[in-house]
Amino acid sequence: MSDYIPVFFTLVFAAVIVAVMVSLNRILGPRTEANAIKDAVFECGNEPTGTAWGVRFAIKFYLVALLFIVFDVEVVFMYPWAVIFRELGWFGFVEMMVFMGILVVGYMYAWRKGALEWR
Amino acid sequence: MEEFSLSVAAFYFMAGLTLLGAGGVVFTENIVYSALSLMVSFFGVAGLYIFLNADFVAGVQVLVYVGGVLVLTLFAVMLTHQIAEIEVSNKSVGRVPALLICGGLFLVIAKALRGAEFFTTPGGQVSESSTYGIGNLLLREYILPFELASVVLLAVLVGAVVLSRKEVIAPDGTPVPERETIPLTEGQRVMSSPRAALAGAAAKQKVSDV
Amino acid sequence: MSLWAIGAVKSLLVLVFVLQLSAFLLWIERKGSALIQNRIGANRANIFGVVPFNLGFLNTLVADPIKMFTKEDFIPAGCDRFLHALAPFMALFPALITFAAIPFGDSIVLGGETVELRVVDLDVGLLYILAMVSMGVYGAVIAGWASNNRWALLGSIRGSAQMISYELAMGLALVSVVLSYGTLDMQDMVHAQGRTVLGFLPAWGVFFQPVAFIIIFVAGMAESKRVPFDIPEAESELIAGYFTEYSGGKQASFMLADFAEVVVVAGLVTTLFFGGWQFPWLAADGFHLPLMGTIEVSALVVTLLQLMAFSLKVLFFCWLQILVRWTVPRFRYDQLMDLGWKGMLPIALANVVFTAALILARGEGS
Repeated sequence: MSDYIPVFFTLVFAAVIVAVMVSLNRILGPRTEANAIKDAVFECGNEPTGTAWGVRFAIKFYLVALLFIVFDVEVVFMYPWAVIFRELGWFGFVEMMVFMGILVVGYMYAWRKGALEWR
Repeated sequence: MEEFSLSVAAFYFMAGLTLLGAGGVVFTENIVYSALSLMVSFFGVAGLYIFLNADFVAGVQVLVYVGGVLVLTLFAVMLTHQIAEIEVSNKSVGRVPALLICGGLFLVIAKALRGAEFFTTPGGQVSESSTYGIGNLLLREYILPFELASVVLLAVLVGAVVLSRKEVIAPDGTPVPERETIPLTEGQRVMSSPRAALAGAAAKQKVSDV
Repeated sequence: MSLWAIGAVKSLLVLVFVLQLSAFLLWIERKGSALIQNRIGANRANIFGVVPFNLGFLNTLVADPIKMFTKEDFIPAGCDRFLHALAPFMALFPALITFAAIPFGDSIVLGGETVELRVVDLDVGLLYILAMVSMGVYGAVIAGWASNNRWALLGSIRGSAQMISYELAMGLALVSVVLSYGTLDMQDMVHAQGRTVLGFLPAWGVFFQPVAFIIIFVAGMAESKRVPFDIPEAESELIAGYFTEYSGGKQASFMLADFAEVVVVAGLVTTLFFGGWQFPWLAADGFHLPLMGTIEVSALVVTLLQLMAFSLKVLFFCWLQILVRWTVPRFRYDQLMDLGWKGMLPIALANVVFTAALILARGEGS
C-alpha cells in the first residue's frame, strides 16, 4: 500500500490548489449589485429567452459517443494482448486479427451507412 | 501496524464513497446531479479495485465507465428535450413490488456472497502484474468469450448506427433518405468552391466572347 | 516517516513543476506569438519604471494573477451555482495529476534509501494517463451545462465529442507503442530507450514507432483543444465556447488546464518516443560515446544531467505545440471529425497490425 502514499499526496495537494484557485475570487473580488441585464447570460448580445437546458442537438453527437465506447472497449482488450504478445506468438496474432476483423466489419458498415459522415 | 490501520481507513473511505455516490444517483431529483453522483460511485469502485491489487481493472474502470459510459449518459441527458423539468420517479408501479424485487435481488446476491470463496494472499501482495495475468487468462483459457466479446461489440455498433439514422417511411412504404440534396444556387456554389466557380465563370465568358 | 516525507516532497515538486511551467508557457505563448506575427508582445511590465529593462514575464507571473483573482466572482442568473464552480475544478484537477505517472528521472539513492523519481509507481502507468486524459471531458461538459447558455452548451458538446474521438486514436496508437515495448510501465519504457542502435543512434521510440508518434502528438493537441482543434471555443462562432460565462480565477483554471494539458502531452511524447530522462549516450556510470570511448561521471552529475535532459525535451515539445498553434488555421468541424474517425483511427489500427506482424516476422516472439 505504501506505493500509494505519493498518490494520496498528489490528490490532496492538487485538490487544495484547484479549490483555492476556484474560490479565491469570493474572498478577494468586489461585490457589486446585481441587476437583470448584468445577470443575463451572454449570447452574442441577443436577449436570451428561456433556458438553454433542453435545447435539442443533433443525434450525431450521441452516435459519436456510442461508437467511442465500442472502440474504447476494443482498445482496452488490446492492452493485455500487447503486453504478453511476444509470448503468444503467431497464435496470439491470429486471435487478435479475428477479434479486430469482426470489429473492422462493423467499422466498414458504419462508414458505408454514413454514420461517420458529418453533414 | 500503522500501515494496516491506515489501509483499513482508506478502504472504508472508498466503500463509503461508492455507497454515497450510489445513494446520490437514486435520491437526487436533478438528473445531471444523478449522473455526477454515478461518477463518484465509479471512482469509489475504482479505488476498491486498487485495494484488490487489480490496478489494470481500476484503470479500465475509470477509462471505460467514467470516460465513456458516463459521457454517453450525460449526452443523453443533454440531448433530450426539457429533461431538466421531468419527474424521473416512476409512480405507476408503487413501493411494494419495488421492495419485493429489490429484496429478492439482495437475497440472491447475499447468498452468492456467502457461498463464495475469497482468496487471500499472505501480506496482501500479488507478485505479478495484473495486466499480465489478465492477458494470459483472456487469450489462452477464455479465448471463446474473448472472441464473443467482439461479436457483442459488433451488435452494439450496428444497433447504434441503425437507431440513430433517421429513416422516415413514406406513405407508399419506401424509405426517404435522411436529407434530400438540394441543388446549390450560383452564389452557394461560389462559396463552397471559389476556384471551380471562377473557372466556370471564365469558361462562360469565353463562350460569350465568341 | 521518511516514506511520507518523500512522497509529499515528490508530489509537491511535480505539481509545482506543472503549474509553474503552465504559467510560464502563457508568457512564452504571448512572446512567441508576437515573434511569429512580427509584433512586440507583452512589453509594458515594469516596477514603476525603475528597472532599466522590461519585465514582460512579470505580466503573466505576477500582474495577471493579481488582476484575475481580484475580479468579481460573477455567476449569471439561471446558472447552476454548484456545477458552475465544479466545472473549472473538474477541468484543472485531472490535468494536474496526470503528470504524476510520468517518470522524470532514474531511481536515486538518498540517505540509504532508493527513491524512484516519479510520483506514482504504477505498473499500468500508461493506462493511468489515458484514464486521466479521458476525465478532461467533464470540465467541458459540466461547464457548458452549468452556464445555461446556448453557445456554451453547444461548445461543450462539440468539445466533448471531439475529445473522445481523438482519445480513441490516441488509445489505439498507444497499443502499438505497448507492443514494441512489451510493458505498460513507463519507467521500463524509458529504460528500454537507454541503449543504442547501430552503435551510435539512441534507441528512442520515435525511430521504431514514427506513425504512432505523429498520431499521439496530433491527438494530444486535439485533446488540449488548442488552435487547429479549438472548435469548442471558436470565438467567431461560439463567443468563447464552454467557458463564456466564466471570469476571474475560474476562467484562469480553464486556461491553466489547457496549458497543463500541453505540458502533459509534451511529457508523454518525451517519455514514449524521445527517451524520457535519458541523456544520449549517458549510462549510470558515465558517457559511452561512439568512437570516443567512455568518460566517467559521478552519480550526482548523471542525475542532474538526466533531469535537465527531461526538462529540456518537455520544454521543446511545449514550444513545438505553441508553434503549431500560431501557424495552422482552425479546422472546420466536419474536417475535424473526418480526420479523427476516417484518418487517424484506421491508420492507428493498421499500425498496430503492422507492428505486431513485424515483431513476429523478425522472430522476436516465442
